[in-house]
Amino acid sequence: MKKVTKNLKERIGLLFPDGCKLLGFLVVAGKSVNSALNKNEPEFMIFVLLVPLQMLSGILGASNTMRITEDALYEGAINKISETRSKPFDIPPLNSFHQNPLRQNPSPQLLHCRFSKSCLMDMDPDDVFRDEEDDPENDFYQERQASKELLVYLVDASPKMFNITCPGEDQKNESHFHVAVSCIAQFIKVQIINRPYDEIAICFFNTREKKNLQDLNGVYVLNVAEREHLDNLTAQFIREFDGVEESFNKLIGSEYGIVSGSRDNSLYNALWVAQALLRKGSAKTADKRILLLTNEDDPFGNIKGVTKLDMTRTTLQRAKDAQDLGISIELLPLSRPNEEFNVSLFYADLIGLDGDDLAQFMPLAGERFEDMKKQLRKRMFKKRKVRRITFMIASGLSIELNTYALIRPTVPGTITWLDSVTNLPIKAERSFICADTGALVQEPPKRFQSYKNEEIKFSTEELAEIKRVSTGNLRLLGFKPLSCLKDYHNLRPSTFVFPSDEEVMGSTCIFIALHRSMIRLKRFAVAFYGSSTRPQLVGLVAQEEIVVAGGQIEPPGMHMIYLPYSEDIRLIEELHSETTGNMPSANDDQIQKATALMKRVDLRDFSVCQFANPALQSHYAVVQALALDEDEMPEINDETLPDEEGMARPGIAKALEEFKVSVYGENYDEENENTAHGKANAASRKRKVASEDALNKCAYYDWPKLADDGKLKDLTVQELKYYVTAHKLPVAGKKEALISRILTHMGK
Amino acid sequence: MARNKEGLILLVDVGPSMHSVLPEIQKVCSLLIQKKLVYSKYDEVGVVVFGTEDTKNDLTKEIGGYEHVTVLQPIKVVDGDLVDVMQQLPRGTVPGDFMDAIVVGMDMLIKKYQETIKGKKRICLITNAMYPIKDPYEGTKEDQVYTIAEQMAAHGMKIDCIVYKGNQKQDTHDSIIKENDMLLSIFSKKTKAKAVHVESSTSLLGALRTRNIAPVTIYRGDLELSSTFKIKVWVYKKTSEEKFPTLKKYSDKAPATDKFATHEIKVDYEYKSVQDPSKVVPPEQRIKGYRYGPQVIPISSAELEAVKFRPEKSVKLLGFTNASNIMRHYYMKDVNIFIADPGNKKAIVAVSALARAMKEMNKVAILRCVWRQGQTNVVIGVLTPNVSENDNIADSFYFNVLPFAEDVREFQFPSFSNLPASVQPNTEQQEAADKLVMMLDLAPAGKEEALRPDFTPNPVLERFYHHLELKSKHPDAAVPPLDATLKRITEPDPEVISQNKLVIDEFRRHFDLKENPKLKKSTRRLLRDRTSGSFGGEVVKNEGQPTDLVTSTSTVKVETIGDLTPVPDFEAMISRRDSPEWVSKAIFGMKNKVFDLVENSYEGDTYPKALECLIALRRGCVIEQEPKQFNNFLHHIYRFCQEKDLSSFCEFLASKDITLITKTEAEDSEIAEGDARSLFVKREPNSSK
Repeated sequence: MKKVTKNLKERIGLLFPDGCKLLGFLVVAGKSVNSALNKNEPEFMIFVLLVPLQMLSGILGASNTMRITEDALYEGAINKISETRSKPFDIPPLNSFHQNPLRQNPSPQLLHCRFSKSCLMDMDPDDVFRDEEDDPENDFYQERQASKELLVYLVDASPKMFNITCPGEDQKNESHFHVAVSCIAQFIKVQIINRPYDEIAICFFNTREKKNLQDLNGVYVLNVAEREHLDNLTAQFIREFDGVEESFNKLIGSEYGIVSGSRDNSLYNALWVAQALLRKGSAKTADKRILLLTNEDDPFGNIKGVTKLDMTRTTLQRAKDAQDLGISIELLPLSRPNEEFNVSLFYADLIGLDGDDLAQFMPLAGERFEDMKKQLRKRMFKKRKVRRITFMIASGLSIELNTYALIRPTVPGTITWLDSVTNLPIKAERSFICADTGALVQEPPKRFQSYKNEEIKFSTEELAEIKRVSTGNLRLLGFKPLSCLKDYHNLRPSTFVFPSDEEVMGSTCIFIALHRSMIRLKRFAVAFYGSSTRPQLVGLVAQEEIVVAGGQIEPPGMHMIYLPYSEDIRLIEELHSETTGNMPSANDDQIQKATALMKRVDLRDFSVCQFANPALQSHYAVVQALALDEDEMPEINDETLPDEEGMARPGIAKALEEFKVSVYGENYDEENENTAHGKANAASRKRKVASEDALNKCAYYDWPKLADDGKLKDLTVQELKYYVTAHKLPVAGKKEALISRILTHMGK
Repeated sequence: MARNKEGLILLVDVGPSMHSVLPEIQKVCSLLIQKKLVYSKYDEVGVVVFGTEDTKNDLTKEIGGYEHVTVLQPIKVVDGDLVDVMQQLPRGTVPGDFMDAIVVGMDMLIKKYQETIKGKKRICLITNAMYPIKDPYEGTKEDQVYTIAEQMAAHGMKIDCIVYKGNQKQDTHDSIIKENDMLLSIFSKKTKAKAVHVESSTSLLGALRTRNIAPVTIYRGDLELSSTFKIKVWVYKKTSEEKFPTLKKYSDKAPATDKFATHEIKVDYEYKSVQDPSKVVPPEQRIKGYRYGPQVIPISSAELEAVKFRPEKSVKLLGFTNASNIMRHYYMKDVNIFIADPGNKKAIVAVSALARAMKEMNKVAILRCVWRQGQTNVVIGVLTPNVSENDNIADSFYFNVLPFAEDVREFQFPSFSNLPASVQPNTEQQEAADKLVMMLDLAPAGKEEALRPDFTPNPVLERFYHHLELKSKHPDAAVPPLDATLKRITEPDPEVISQNKLVIDEFRRHFDLKENPKLKKSTRRLLRDRTSGSFGGEVVKNEGQPTDLVTSTSTVKVETIGDLTPVPDFEAMISRRDSPEWVSKAIFGMKNKVFDLVENSYEGDTYPKALECLIALRRGCVIEQEPKQFNNFLHHIYRFCQEKDLSSFCEFLASKDITLITKTEAEDSEIAEGDARSLFVKREPNSSK
């Protein structure tokens, strides 16, 4: 691992010029990720940090392995697990395009950075996962409520934060300060991958030293060189923050800033600094938040009399000013083991919490913390339509639909090619060279296909014309019962369609009527989608809205399923059909045993996408480890592995064994069974014979002598192959390749 | 290459009852030959037709009998002539005997190949099986078919039968058809055979496999139900997109005299520093960088290799779950099929037991798959049962890839029930929709399911190969239009539409569509301003009228030409007699409409609509005797298109034969009959270059 991280200095040395910051990812805040810190509910929300440290420690370590119910007895336990697993959905919904009366505060954390392909030097031939329909030109229609998040963490650094401890991992007591700092550290590490455009500042208050633009006492804004106080997260900053605890006493120091006899008010100062930092950017395009972490429920407790009143008043006023500027203040309180954080002492006023919210807040906070610690590194995409299409229902009756890519494979992120010597980005330039003359040519206007020993030329216009088999964008052909849609009628991820009245009013009404009819009658629509890349038949399957616990799991609308053509379907079933009699099939007893097994090995409430992609998570972890100069590569928990323990439970093991015996019989030996039917192994047997043969033939030649005399080239390729086959070397390649391979093998 | 060559005999029934579909058969068979020419040019094909007046085959010479079976083309390597042969199938005069034809086909294959290319010999029979086969000299028809089938199996031949059942009115033949079906089904019991029945000419096109792709397993190994219980399975692709052929880039740089010129173009990449474009970076000096915040972290491929996630090759069961937990739209990719190791009887039984139990219980299995050793990702997917209906075909599973948590974007959409009442359908509207969904039925009971993916050919590929063939004869051949059979795929079946005209009309009546009045019309206005100047006095006068009146197609009096129904609007307007102004208004509006359509077209997608409008305009101008309006406009749009680089529209018009209005059509025209096409003739040299 050392080797990998060695040249880190150079790595990090690479900073993009400012202009480059804007190109690249489309990022959007999604509820599953930052729900804990999301302000999509009552304006001011309190979180209590009751959670012991070990729960915070493992963002990814959260045990998410698959569990299997053994039988009904386990049902309760399983439901609980599946509940946490399906968490991404259990959160009140975020933003929606149409203002939904139910949702008062559509989250505006969307970025409006254009995805500009042309700026990215991406020549990766393996880049097959890109959304095929991602068309930058369509950005024109993007909804402009996009914005990013500006967030200031205010961390209380008073001695109380260090003195009070709570039981943490390994039963060791850990200070509240540690809890707060490690929580933020983990959070920003995820945030840099999920939403790299958010801007973050971290301030400590109640500090000995001061460092802030206003030069106020008791407030220390942590930062690194070449970074504004409130700026995008960078690797240096995260590393700096990782090390902050060790150097804290030396550099910053803890000192409670509100003492009697002094007019200093560190909380007031902290709010002021935070508000000043958040002056950057417009409130329309950015979501501005202050996140306050403290364990002091009564900051002015040791002040008496008028001074206390005065301080309380000015601090509350300061907070109110900030809120008037569109900044929301959230509190993450830490409770002492035996004494709950008393919100009503002071903070309820600060953040404007009253009766109902106060009561509801406890259970909510717990849940939200679960989310925060279980955050997944998942790039967030902004909701945007892929394209607008017309759906022609009958001649002269067309409605307007928007298409969305709800499900697309996520890839590790765009590759930027760099010059390995200078670590500077490079771009690829393409040139066309005539194979016959070697002359440089412009982008050739014609293509050709060899056919009947001729080159048949096509102009690009002709090719486009050939593909233009339909005029309408999406044309209804008819309806079929859902049973006609087979499991093998699939080629690509589906596309979601939702009606729009933007251009043609009445579209939504027709769409809803058809949607309801299709659901009720269990039918799907067959339509022809005349896209320019691949015009094809599609099935439109109506999906009813599914809402669980206030969160929309499935949006209402239709899913466009790309149907294969007959050319795309392969007849595999017939390939091995039995010609001498009937194919063996299971008898009732065997089916019944299988049924019994199925009842036991049952994933209740399985939900699609409950697994994180281990390859992707490991990639993110590697990038993080390299960027932050971490010594160890983090272990990625592969959630996709089967639950061996669950499978070994007596009930399941018994069912498995019974099924196995019923189909295989007792004492079944798989290997023997296989070799008895030699048909399948014909090829491998042939290979074996060939290699034995080669071994024999190989012995006839005096290879070292031939090699020394340079006579190898006089042998035929066939003869040379005896040697390579006998010595299990690769047999591919031309004669020269074979000779050099033989020589290398002999060590000459 | 030649190792995998296939020997194929096409047996085509050309008897009188087949004449109606022979054009489709010609098409699909020549497509088959064409694809062979492109993808497997060493394959060999013979063509036999039966039901002909004449008889021409070896067997009749050698042993007699086998009348009305004509060998049109003895087995030979595919070439261009074969395509021509397929395109000119003779029309027969007598009912053919398909069994005779099969025997003739077998005889040809046996004589040509004897024992070679085992398993690559194929007979493809296309018939409607309406006429009885002759009784054999001894034994029953069944015995005879059994003997033939056994022979076929012994020689390793496959047979595909495509039985066309379109529009058969003669019910009297029912018993014969049944008998023939029974006889043909014997083949699938005894040998590798497949019989499909199709009812429409469209599915006939899709029923014949025009390209043979040797299936390859993507995984052979254990399906691990648990660490102790494994089933040997093979995994193949079930669907895989047949892509549009990748055409090579053509270079015309080579001198015409160079007979060996490849005309190919090589693509060369050069890597240059972004900051200093003069600095070239050799490809091996490149290094991949991944973003981390605003920075890019370089990671060499060696480093990446060292830390990559590398799971072991395996296919493991995670568990079973209710089928309803997996929604259809979560299927991510093309589909795989799991079959039990064909040599392992017990594995076949095990797969069968699981598949049947899953089907019975309505369950699916969730799997974790790593197909190859060294693969750097895992695949989570769902296994669904595929219980075979055929005794000699084993049960299997379909496998669909499911998304990971990272792949799902949780966009929120408003609930339909929360939308304003104005967009909620009322009871009548809902009823109309119900009727439409019910009646516009593509899978009516007792009839063939229309547009079944399994029998629906790709019209684009069909068209490409058709054009390829045309071009091989005339390099300048235009792109052929989609014929009626293929239009059944891209457009609604006119028959279905006319049958359900009432339902559709009712649906249309119940819903009101209109253009959003708030929509910005800036682009449209721009165009209007630009074009109006060149139209002369009369038209400019109309500019005073409000042009952005809300289009209301539902009102009786049409006042402008809307986007949805421009042609009827135009016709309504031009025939209004309450003011003489309506004619010029209508013409003016229509001109703008055409401009809109042409200018806003994306790869010509609006051209057909523009053409409709143009034709309506021309008709209107002829009726109202306003030829100049149209002729000037046509000239104008021609100039406009050339300026705006939209000459594809002119070509489109030329191909659709839009001409100027001549003197014979309208007295005022200055265009003589012969000059009507002059506008487009001028253009020809341009466009063909």
